[in-house]
Amino acid sequence: MKRAFWSLLKSAACALGLIAVASVPALAQKGLEEPFQAPFKAALEGKTVAFVPVAMNFDLTEGWFAELKKDLEPYGVKVVVRDPNWSTDAGAQAVTTLISEKPAVMVIHNPDVQTYAKLLQRAENDGIYVIQINMGSNYRSSGFVGANWIEIGERDTEAVVKSCEGKSNKIAIVQGALSAAASAYTLKGVENVLAKHPEIKVVSSQAADWDAAKAKAVTQTVLKQNPDLCGIVGFWDGMDIGTAAAVKEAGLTGKVFVATSGGGERKGACDLVKSGGFDLDLSYDVPTQGEQMAGMIKWLISSGVKPGSVKGSDYTTLIPITAANASNDTTCWNLGDLKK
Amino acid sequence: MALGRIGQQGIVFAIFAALFAVFAITLHGFATPENMLTLLQNVAVLGILGLAMAIVVIGRGIDISLIAALAVPPGLVLQMVQDGYSFGVSLLAALALTLVFGLVNGWLIAYAEVPSLFATLATGLFMAGLGQSVLFKLDVVQWSPALGGFERLGQGVILGVPMPIVVFAIACGCVAFLLRRTRVGAYIYAIGDNPYGARVTGIPTRPIIVLQYVLAALIGCLAGLVLAASVNSMPTRIFNSTLIYDVILVVVLGGIGLSGGRGGVLNVVIGTLLIGTMLNGMTIMDVSYSGQNLVKGMVLLVAVIADSFLNPRNEETAQQGDI
Repeated sequence: MKRAFWSLLKSAACALGLIAVASVPALAQKGLEEPFQAPFKAALEGKTVAFVPVAMNFDLTEGWFAELKKDLEPYGVKVVVRDPNWSTDAGAQAVTTLISEKPAVMVIHNPDVQTYAKLLQRAENDGIYVIQINMGSNYRSSGFVGANWIEIGERDTEAVVKSCEGKSNKIAIVQGALSAAASAYTLKGVENVLAKHPEIKVVSSQAADWDAAKAKAVTQTVLKQNPDLCGIVGFWDGMDIGTAAAVKEAGLTGKVFVATSGGGERKGACDLVKSGGFDLDLSYDVPTQGEQMAGMIKWLISSGVKPGSVKGSDYTTLIPITAANASNDTTCWNLGDLKK
Repeated sequence: MALGRIGQQGIVFAIFAALFAVFAITLHGFATPENMLTLLQNVAVLGILGLAMAIVVIGRGIDISLIAALAVPPGLVLQMVQDGYSFGVSLLAALALTLVFGLVNGWLIAYAEVPSLFATLATGLFMAGLGQSVLFKLDVVQWSPALGGFERLGQGVILGVPMPIVVFAIACGCVAFLLRRTRVGAYIYAIGDNPYGARVTGIPTRPIIVLQYVLAALIGCLAGLVLAASVNSMPTRIFNSTLIYDVILVVVLGGIGLSGGRGGVLNVVIGTLLIGTMLNGMTIMDVSYSGQNLVKGMVLLVAVIADSFLNPRNEETAQQGDI
């Protein structure tokens, strides 16, 4: 504040001097100095934001990275990425190295709730803001941005239960990987809704490891056993492309309600809803999440608060993609456009 | 036939038959024609990969890079079509890439004499890295509307039989013909049985070894095309999965010894059927993921233990290179 005051005073003095020296015809219209933008710019200039995803090369992480760059680079912030390529060890090592490199902010995409927790606490003690994206850890850091997995499980299941009204009431669940917190949280959401609907019978609840081929194999077998299935709750659209293919092959598109969730990339989400593969795809719109993170980063750095002294969450508002809005240009996003 | 003469193939077939019988009696809806087709369809890609691995293993090699050949060239087809190339051009580019890949594998093993395990481990990593960093924009290469019609390779039906099964059957026929009816096939067995002996008798061992790896890569690419057409996308991250162990499992479980020179297409089919039956039965029973792994591990152990009891190893039967 003190520095801001001085710079304000200095610029005021400067302006006065200018007026005095130059023989300006009259005190015509004069701009007004906004006192907070200069310190804001000074605070951001030259800072580094380090991004540690579980891996690059897929729509979510590429989208977040592109959006962070787009939002922060114009302010002179350097955005760097450390790609552990699905290796938890490499990720932990990247975080450890970053702590000694002291970036201003670390954006962390946790592979599970445990591995990075201690490291993230250490980072904040060392004066680095930590923002966790979509998959949080046990340690609550300065900021969390992400989908509410419980809500996703609940809303997907509610939609499936509704579509089952007057039908067989048989549903199937295609989970992600057992070790992933996102999958376990989503399952909790599913259970919450099923507890209220005892009439619904879960004929299959299998983990397909985020793998489209496995999801297809499981769904095919389940559909052969239960051709009267009325709905499927899937845990990720990138995997449920296999679920949808199995439903289509069985000739049951439109009869079996497929609900899933994902990052809302056009080819992976909107196109598949349009083609009838998915009936509902809850999108945690990736560019929005990128903006949420960028907003948090700007706020944290410019506020100057001590890392770890404030803790807050910004859950992403979900966009339900259905046949009604899948054709809109703004419902989904596209990585090529985002990178431009 | 004395009890001691029952080979691994017989043991695995017996386990398969027993498992099948138990499922057929206890599981409602298991022994239906529709479910049988689903069972086969779910393991068809694995079976095709098993054939590729069999060609290499019979020649006393191993191809760890098979999943890279499955993931990268078919991924390239999808990526190029997405970028506006015609389907024909994309397919040709992918085949050329596969061919070069197989040739490099074969050259490293046959001429540079790098052990196949290390050579294919390295080339597989290289290929997957090439795909990830240069060829593809995202790990999952998405389907484009311009590929219309191609999905029939994975989702079509001929006379009531799903296409992946048809492709698997055709591949079985071709590989069986190659191994049993052609001179090249006989050479592959000879090289697998005793590489130095084969060379002394005048068999062109090096070109034949190169041919094995080229064939394996091409069959791997075929399996990848079926997979991509079947799930309307190419999840290239499959390279990081445990699929390669499943392929080796199919081959070894079926009774093709890693020491080479033994086994054939029938072994792959039996190994594939056993895995398929287990997966299908457990999915119907809705066994949890960890439970499935437990059962898979136990069945494999039973097969291996039974084999070592009925066919004990001694200095005479143990070969160098036996794992």
